Amino acid sequence: MSRKFLMGAKLVRWSLLNIAVLGGLISLAMFGGGSATTYAAPAPNIRVKAIPAFARKYGLPCSACHTAWPELNNFGQVFRDNGYQLMNERDSPIWQNPSYFPIAFRITPNWHRESTNEQAIDSIPGGGTGNNTIAGRVTQAGFDLSGMDLWSAGTLYKNISFVLLPSSDPTAVWHFEAAWVRFDNLKNSSWLNFRFGRFELDNLISEKRFLFLSNNGGIYQIYHFNVPGSTNNFGYGDNQIGIELAGHSKNSYTRYSVAMLSSNEGGVNLTTDVVPGAPPSNRTYDVNLAFSQAFNAGSLGLERVGAFSYIGQRPTYYQTAGDGTEQLVGLGNKPFYRVGVAGDFYFNKLEILPLFMYGHDNAYLGSDSPSTTPLPGGAPSPAFAGGFVEAHYYVSPQLVFLGRFEKVNVTQQALVNEGSVPNNYGDVTAYSVGYRWYPIMFSRAGLAFHNEYSISKSVGIVPESGDGTGLPPLFPTNGVWSSSVFIGFDFAF
Amino acid sequence: MRVKKALVGLALGSLGFLAVGAPAARAQSHVNAPDPSLGAPSVESETASVGGLTGHAAAGKVLYRRFCIGCHGPDGNGEGMNAQWIEPKPRDFTAAVFKCRSTPTGTLPTDQDLYNSLERGFVNSNMPSWNPLTPQQRADLVAFIKTWSPRWAKEKPGSALVIPAETPVTIESILHGRELFQKMECWKCHGPAGHGDGPSAATLTDSKDNPIRPYNFSTGTRFKCGETNQDLYRIFMTGVDGTPMPSFADVIQPNDAWDLVHFLRTLQAESLDTKESALWKTYVAAHRADIKPIGPDPAAGGQ
Repeated sequence: MSRKFLMGAKLVRWSLLNIAVLGGLISLAMFGGGSATTYAAPAPNIRVKAIPAFARKYGLPCSACHTAWPELNNFGQVFRDNGYQLMNERDSPIWQNPSYFPIAFRITPNWHRESTNEQAIDSIPGGGTGNNTIAGRVTQAGFDLSGMDLWSAGTLYKNISFVLLPSSDPTAVWHFEAAWVRFDNLKNSSWLNFRFGRFELDNLISEKRFLFLSNNGGIYQIYHFNVPGSTNNFGYGDNQIGIELAGHSKNSYTRYSVAMLSSNEGGVNLTTDVVPGAPPSNRTYDVNLAFSQAFNAGSLGLERVGAFSYIGQRPTYYQTAGDGTEQLVGLGNKPFYRVGVAGDFYFNKLEILPLFMYGHDNAYLGSDSPSTTPLPGGAPSPAFAGGFVEAHYYVSPQLVFLGRFEKVNVTQQALVNEGSVPNNYGDVTAYSVGYRWYPIMFSRAGLAFHNEYSISKSVGIVPESGDGTGLPPLFPTNGVWSSSVFIGFDFAF
Repeated sequence: MRVKKALVGLALGSLGFLAVGAPAARAQSHVNAPDPSLGAPSVESETASVGGLTGHAAAGKVLYRRFCIGCHGPDGNGEGMNAQWIEPKPRDFTAAVFKCRSTPTGTLPTDQDLYNSLERGFVNSNMPSWNPLTPQQRADLVAFIKTWSPRWAKEKPGSALVIPAETPVTIESILHGRELFQKMECWKCHGPAGHGDGPSAATLTDSKDNPIRPYNFSTGTRFKCGETNQDLYRIFMTGVDGTPMPSFADVIQPNDAWDLVHFLRTLQAESLDTKESALWKTYVAAHRADIKPIGPDPAAGGQ
């Protein structure tokens, strides 16, 4: 969602304290009259997924597959791993009422406040005589919409599943977030499943199914981090395009995934993005490996640990035309990799999700140098390390409290030759808290009241947030604090 | 200071919402309400013993609300909000009549039987395998399911059927099983070729007068209550309570039952390669002219 900050922090400062009033008013409007307003409405942030179409198909409540939607529990994980099948010989569409259509949609009407300090702003709004660029705070707040997901997913036939997910930003500019077909249980084995298309990497901790929606909290920082100065555009949380061989034990305690993906960040039209006009992609392929193992810890619940690695390449220059004005194909590929470990630990009602990742880019990517030229003297291979710890406390299937701490440190700067770059340039620290309350939870639709606060500090760079906008600070040594407050109704039907 | 303000706002917003919105919304839907939403169980406290596990009804109640209530309902009577869309209908736990048992017809199943049903699910129905739940969770659910009927407090489960060792799979065994299939009129429901299309099939109803279809052997790779020869033996020796499928325990001897098992396996030849179907195909190829069709006896006025 776009975030055009307005000046005038004083005008909106009061709004934080009015959250209580807003929450109460919205509550009254929705529920106070006693009318059951279970609208068939859409609802989430564009990053998260829940599919009531499956609940309608099988008659199961949201809570059967989700700890708190959209996050999956192990039953939901098995269902997904089986190719959206319960394996009861009733999964093929031929068993469905012909009027059933596997469509679900989601959007989140919301009120949110965004505030970022250390922004390079005009000392005199509108500029003019005497104007200087100064560091200031930019704050904006108001009612808004999230993007929208329009899900279609299910089975084409027994053991052939699919997903088609057109997704829009709040202004209804659409792209295909995911689109794939999967051949399940090859040779009657759950260990052999083949997928073709654009899909989320097999992350143990999914960013597409997590429980945060605000601009700052609505992403995992580490999943989109690249060392400042590196030309690498890879984000581990972004959907990629390619093929995947995956498998799992019957109860999905053991899972693996091997994927071969175009080296273009999931781009379409052989470019590096899903929107028109993106730079062309190169002609190489990346590989993602993921493995996880769950253990039954008795009354504590199911404990899962896993590891992953992504090995990829990105171009360092392009074949061109028009005297260099038109880029044709990415060339001079140089490697990078991401490796990490993650866990999903239950302590009865408390769930802890830790993740650690290490990232490393080739020096050519770090120094933005064509591979046909010698590296600038002393150009290092940039690297970073970090992760997060997230906690969920499930009071009941209908109420979950959330918290997360994130930390990403640049362990090797890319821009060492520029002299003024501090050691912590690009480091990120983030905190998020909130809760989700699901007043209804049945097999036709889902509604969640979502309340979240998130704040991040990034040193010297534009804060990485859900909308990707903002300004760098005046000085690379300055830390930029960016905060989000989010109140919304998350609908899925 | 700003962080503090935001957190205060978050907290106050939460309190405001929960104080006003939650009770109102809860009152709108008994399905989603906490404990009071579930009907009063007939047995206040129950446990289940499965292997080395002890299931507890209190823990199972939470799981029931999360996973089962949509179909089996807040009162455990199989009338959840989705039941109207589901065929076959969800089980009515208040009647304590269960299809898959190791115990004689009419008796309560063992805890292990219920546990196995949860683990296996029911093929050709909306009841999935709950194998993704932990063993302790499944045991807890078994304990809670038993709170819905007073029968569990008054009666003990029947004695589990002892399944004798399987007899060798021979063509003689299959042929004898085929004779039994004809003689015991299994074909009247299951059809001469086991397609579930016998002359009585369209008239069948379960104990709640819901239409019910006989099992189609030709397309199924699994049975309602298992997939092995032992499971098949158990099914017709204990019957499928609540359906027209009776128990044959008092009608046939164990060796005859194994012969019938071996013949029924040949009916799955279209969907499953079994030892029995391989034997049968070889026999049919050589003796096609000698094989009498299954169905009404012409001597008795049939066709």
